[in-house]
Amino acid sequence: MIYFQIFLTYLKIGLFSFGGGYAMLSLIQSEVVDKHAWLTSREFADIIAISQMTPGPIGINSATYIGYTVTGNVVGSAVATFAVCLPSFIIVLLIARAYAKFRENRYVERAFSALRPVTVGLIASAALMLMNRENFIDYKSVIIFVVAFVLTVFFKVHPILVIVLAGVSGVVLY
Amino acid sequence: MNLYGQLFCTFAKIGTFTIGGGYAMLPLMEKEIVERKHWIEPEEFVDAVAVSQSLPGIFSVNVSIFTGYKLKGYLGSTVAVLGTVLPSFLAILLIAALFRHFNENIYVTKIFNAVRPAAVALIAVPVFTTARHIGVNLKNIVIPVAAAVLIWYWGVSPIYVVLAAAVGAVFREKF
Repeated sequence: MIYFQIFLTYLKIGLFSFGGGYAMLSLIQSEVVDKHAWLTSREFADIIAISQMTPGPIGINSATYIGYTVTGNVVGSAVATFAVCLPSFIIVLLIARAYAKFRENRYVERAFSALRPVTVGLIASAALMLMNRENFIDYKSVIIFVVAFVLTVFFKVHPILVIVLAGVSGVVLY
Repeated sequence: MNLYGQLFCTFAKIGTFTIGGGYAMLPLMEKEIVERKHWIEPEEFVDAVAVSQSLPGIFSVNVSIFTGYKLKGYLGSTVAVLGTVLPSFLAILLIAALFRHFNENIYVTKIFNAVRPAAVALIAVPVFTTARHIGVNLKNIVIPVAAAVLIWYWGVSPIYVVLAAAVGAVFREKF
């Protein structure tokens, strides 16, 4: 039952992903690429690039894309997207009513302060998992990586422009 | 337009115009729901952001649920989420359907050969910006490094890493 599997997987992703978009990628990757092998590491990198250029949060983008690719139809997309939002619904609605109490709780406060540095580790692992022979096919890949990194960090070039420039360099270099 | 229609349109607008997603949505969200619509107070917005950041799930979805609920209860939050999700859902669906056919095109292959390492670089960047932002230092750097190595090298699910960190933090003070 592929739809049920997609539903459970994205429910899990919606429930356990902390720290927003990029931190989410490590969990999506570990479920979708490593565990279920619904996508290759290469296809996953493609989705990230596409998500950078399309509207909306990366979590929704990946759910919609993967739901479609795995099942080949819109129902798969809808199931994955619904599942990834469902835990948020329940949790935010519960918390919205008792927000003040929740934030002041000593244990909640402590758990969150520990999760903040973990977020950095989650993002790092997402990047490390993608650094393989599938995505870095030769020395040119390494050069593109370094240039893209430097442009973003030191010259504050917008991510969309970085992806477009990389695409143009691909036509020239390969 | 009634309030439900306005909720839907405002969040659909936010969803459409934030490319890249996540925190890129923040300035537009604040402008639309705080400054233009006055749906929530500036301090409440800060709260909504803080809650959304500390809860699991997609950041902008969490903010839209929070705002929608405050204005119109359960139905309001449903409408707000639909608005946030729909633009990205439709855009990606179109791309997913088309990309399959373009996949074998020689130029698409060339382009994506170069785009993949660039996409990895775009994920490597927030490792450092987030580290600086939340104040990772010599004392706590062991936490992100351990988390990354566990997930990447040993293949531990991020779920266990998150749970272990949360549980560990709660019990550390007790003993």
